[in-house]
Amino acid sequence: MSQTVRTRRRVIGRSAAALGATALLLAACNGDAGDDPLADATADDPIEITMYYPIAVGGPLEDVVDGLIAGFEDENPQINVTPVYSGNYDDTAVQATTALSAGEPPATTVLLSTEMFALIDEDIIVPFDDLVITDEDEAWLDSFYDEFMANSRDDEGNTWGIPFQRSTIVQYYNKEAFEQAGLDPERAPETWEELVEIATAVQEGSDVSWGVQMPSSGFPYWLFQTFTTQMGVEVVSAAGNEVYFDKPEVIEALEFWYSLSDEHGVHPPHVVDWGTTPEDFLQQEVGIIWTTTGNLSRIRSDATFDFGVAPMPSNVQPGSPTGGGNFYIFADAPEAEQRAAFELIRYLTQPEQAAEWSIETGYVAPTPEAWETEAMQEYVADFPEAEVARDQLENTVRELSTYQRGSVYDLINDALQSALTGEVTPEEALLQANESINDLLAPYR
Amino acid sequence: MATSSDPAAVGPAEAVTPEVTPGGDPWARRSFLAPLRRVPNSVFAWALILPAMVILLGFSVVPMITTVWASLQEPGIGDSIGPANYERMINDPVFRQSLRNNLVFSLVTVPVSLAIAMLMAVLVDREIRARGFLRMALFTPAMLPVIAAAAIFLAFYQPNFGLINVIAQSIGVPRQNWLGDPSTVLPSLMVVMIWKEAGFFMLFYLAGLQTISPELNEASTLEGTGRWTHFRRVTFPLLMPTTLFTSIVGVANSFKQVDFIFVMTQGGPNNASNLLLYNIYLQAFPNRNPDYAAAMTVVLVSILVALAVIQIRMFDRRIHYR
Amino acid sequence: MTAQHTESDRSTTGELFVSSARARRIMRAERFANATELIGVWLLALLWIAPLAYVFWAAFRRTDVALTFQPFTGWTFDNIITVWGMAPFGRFYYNTILLVVGLSAGQIILGCLAAYAFTRYRFPLHNLMFTLVLLQLMIFPEVLLGENFRLVASLGLADTLRGIGLPYLASAFFIFLLRQTFKSVPVELVEAAEVEGAGRLEILWKVYVPIARPTIIAFGLVSISFHWNNFLWPLVITQSVEARPITVGIYRFLSPEIGINFTALTAGTVITVLPLLALFLVAQRAFIQNFLRAGIK
Repeated sequence: MSQTVRTRRRVIGRSAAALGATALLLAACNGDAGDDPLADATADDPIEITMYYPIAVGGPLEDVVDGLIAGFEDENPQINVTPVYSGNYDDTAVQATTALSAGEPPATTVLLSTEMFALIDEDIIVPFDDLVITDEDEAWLDSFYDEFMANSRDDEGNTWGIPFQRSTIVQYYNKEAFEQAGLDPERAPETWEELVEIATAVQEGSDVSWGVQMPSSGFPYWLFQTFTTQMGVEVVSAAGNEVYFDKPEVIEALEFWYSLSDEHGVHPPHVVDWGTTPEDFLQQEVGIIWTTTGNLSRIRSDATFDFGVAPMPSNVQPGSPTGGGNFYIFADAPEAEQRAAFELIRYLTQPEQAAEWSIETGYVAPTPEAWETEAMQEYVADFPEAEVARDQLENTVRELSTYQRGSVYDLINDALQSALTGEVTPEEALLQANESINDLLAPYR
Repeated sequence: MATSSDPAAVGPAEAVTPEVTPGGDPWARRSFLAPLRRVPNSVFAWALILPAMVILLGFSVVPMITTVWASLQEPGIGDSIGPANYERMINDPVFRQSLRNNLVFSLVTVPVSLAIAMLMAVLVDREIRARGFLRMALFTPAMLPVIAAAAIFLAFYQPNFGLINVIAQSIGVPRQNWLGDPSTVLPSLMVVMIWKEAGFFMLFYLAGLQTISPELNEASTLEGTGRWTHFRRVTFPLLMPTTLFTSIVGVANSFKQVDFIFVMTQGGPNNASNLLLYNIYLQAFPNRNPDYAAAMTVVLVSILVALAVIQIRMFDRRIHYR
Repeated sequence: MTAQHTESDRSTTGELFVSSARARRIMRAERFANATELIGVWLLALLWIAPLAYVFWAAFRRTDVALTFQPFTGWTFDNIITVWGMAPFGRFYYNTILLVVGLSAGQIILGCLAAYAFTRYRFPLHNLMFTLVLLQLMIFPEVLLGENFRLVASLGLADTLRGIGLPYLASAFFIFLLRQTFKSVPVELVEAAEVEGAGRLEILWKVYVPIARPTIIAFGLVSISFHWNNFLWPLVITQSVEARPITVGIYRFLSPEIGINFTALTAGTVITVLPLLALFLVAQRAFIQNFLRAGIK
């Protein structure tokens, strides 16, 4: 979609939203539309907001978040933020929505970028465009990588989510095992053929039990999107209302994934757990794993061996889906809290803060400016692997995100697992899932 | 007993045992309590049960009714009611699988844990050395949080470095992806459940064994009856009431206990370890389909109520032959 | 304790009544059976305690030696210390202890009152009410997850300790159990108390409760363990750290997006179970004795 079209649509969206907002304000007899709703808040009588967030690992990162929040409160004494660490993404979504049904919605929450359509459908979130006041705000909305914004904007150009802890999938490989197997430790697989060759070689020639491992629990669709992207196809429409799992390329992609264990024997059979895959790598049980860049910090700190990070290999083309979490602002929060949350999110995605978060976690900083900061430059000079995910961005596609997300994910994930465990053929599994999902999405087309 | 709730059969308030008649000399003793003593027994009894009944009714009967109501809501806008959620349920392979899994899970875990529990109880009922330690060792898993037990077993079941595979390999059995293979995942969870439950039921059997009169054991010994024959002819039948009770508790637990799924499998792979209550949780909360979840809850509650009715009948019979 | 029939009595009395050849045969069989039973019970006990023993072993081992067997090196408290710093376990303990103490006390008080009424009095709807109690032996609050969440939230108790505890404040199981025990209270005792002028509540307190003490203690401990371990309902009803009990706290810690660290996991498990384990080790004897004496069956 071209920049101009998107902007025009956003303006239309905004004016419609502004009309709505005005009507609301009038209804509430609140007078002065257009004022900053935060104007009344002072350091003595601050606006209180709650932010739920999931993060990768426990302790140290909670401290990082607390530090970032403290920095924000220093600059904005009229706002008090309570950050709540709430487990993994699914748990955080449950908590946020249950808090909502309990009548105490958080002002903002970090949820998977893929929640967008479902949250819109259920009127849970507001578009950021509604909360823009200044030109600076406007410019900020345009400061993110377009690849990430593909999961933040609807097909009409409204911005519903702000990229915060975004990721892609990369290859981690055990350099020592590679050397032991007589392979070039600086060269990870670059094509599917090489993937099979190298995985076979490392499994036979070193102490690892398996050549390669791609986790298939939790969100198998996400890992699967690496294969489909490498086949050169997308699996979902931009409007989140149609999927294309029946394409022959998609079926071939799944057949290849299954063949890694079934035919080539270089991948553990059946379903591989998401949560324990990094541990399998750290215990030197597998030579190569495909998983999120969010694992970078942990693997870097815990690995007792030399490891490499490489971009995804190519079949028709290289590629990976993006992933990770966006900030959303909740519709049921009072307007002043929404605006306070807007300020908070803006602060947290400024280059310095985004760089700090990226360095601490391994998530990909969502703006080009963040990569220009001194801290980031230093970090990358010391640890060039951190750049792999960003450099791979140009080859990424939007992560599978649709209306009726929960049911759609259940259908596709079950289909993938049933194929990977050999219960049904990849073709059968995908054709059936595709039909069920598109039936489910029919009302949204 | 309790099933005959015909209002006419319930007479005016009267004390059952012993007859309490208001009036008489002692009443004059502490005058500040006198007004309380004039409260009729029926009102007094109601006041006693009221707090407990408010909680029990409030958090089971009332939500049961609202669950049925919620399950009848038709999707879409408006207040129309209808069987849409039930139609969806009948055609939902995931629901059918979670129900099937749960039935298999109950039918295997309950008898096996009861059998093991009975064995444990008989073995540690006798005077043997370190009896206290043995009882404690067998009972400890029962009081661990299921979440923690699940975490332990998650580590054990790991396909690569997990302890079970390490042991399996050392005795020449090939490694298994226990939790990742649909054919082994449910049995793997059953092992955890049995491990968890057996020690708890053992306590009930131990208590049951205390009520068997020692003369019966002596009689068997005098006749030279073998240990196994004694167990089969004497102990086992006399433990029947305990078995009835524990089997009901066990079946109820097997439908209610889903904590370990959160930690170990999240219902996967491909729903092979999805149980009914976990499926309800998924629909009610992560998938945000509370009305559909309500329809499945109605099924679960019906199963449990049916079990409760069986239980009440059994208690009735026991009370009769007493 | 009532029935302690011992093996030694059994075989000595046996000899008096049967021929010596048969006695020897029986004794041989008996000895063999004894030995197998002894081996069996030890195997079973070790198998049952092994997973927990392993966790305690692994929690105090350095990560690099966690999966090896070298008993003389590699011991460390670092795992526990690190994990302790990773989540507000102090807060979780505080919440959990407050919850289990409050709940057990509440269940015991409400249960005593209700069981007393059901045992001693006939009152309107007596049978219906008791049937409802029996029904609730099966229907726990977590079974009606969605609706109970709505109900507790509408009372404004979502995300509070009171919200976790309220639905469990009365235990049908305890009322039923206690009624069985109360039924065994001799009429003479009650009559004697009445002659002395004891009021109705006084009789409950001075006659019924002391006799039912083993039942109450046994139930109290089961209840503590149940609520210490309860997970699904607190998971649903709590959102903030302030209200989270330890099971939900440790679960949050077990489900990081980027993978599980098993050494940390074992340390976390130890932290979770240690207080409860300590309580039961101390109270183990009393607990089992009370449980057996209570005649729960």
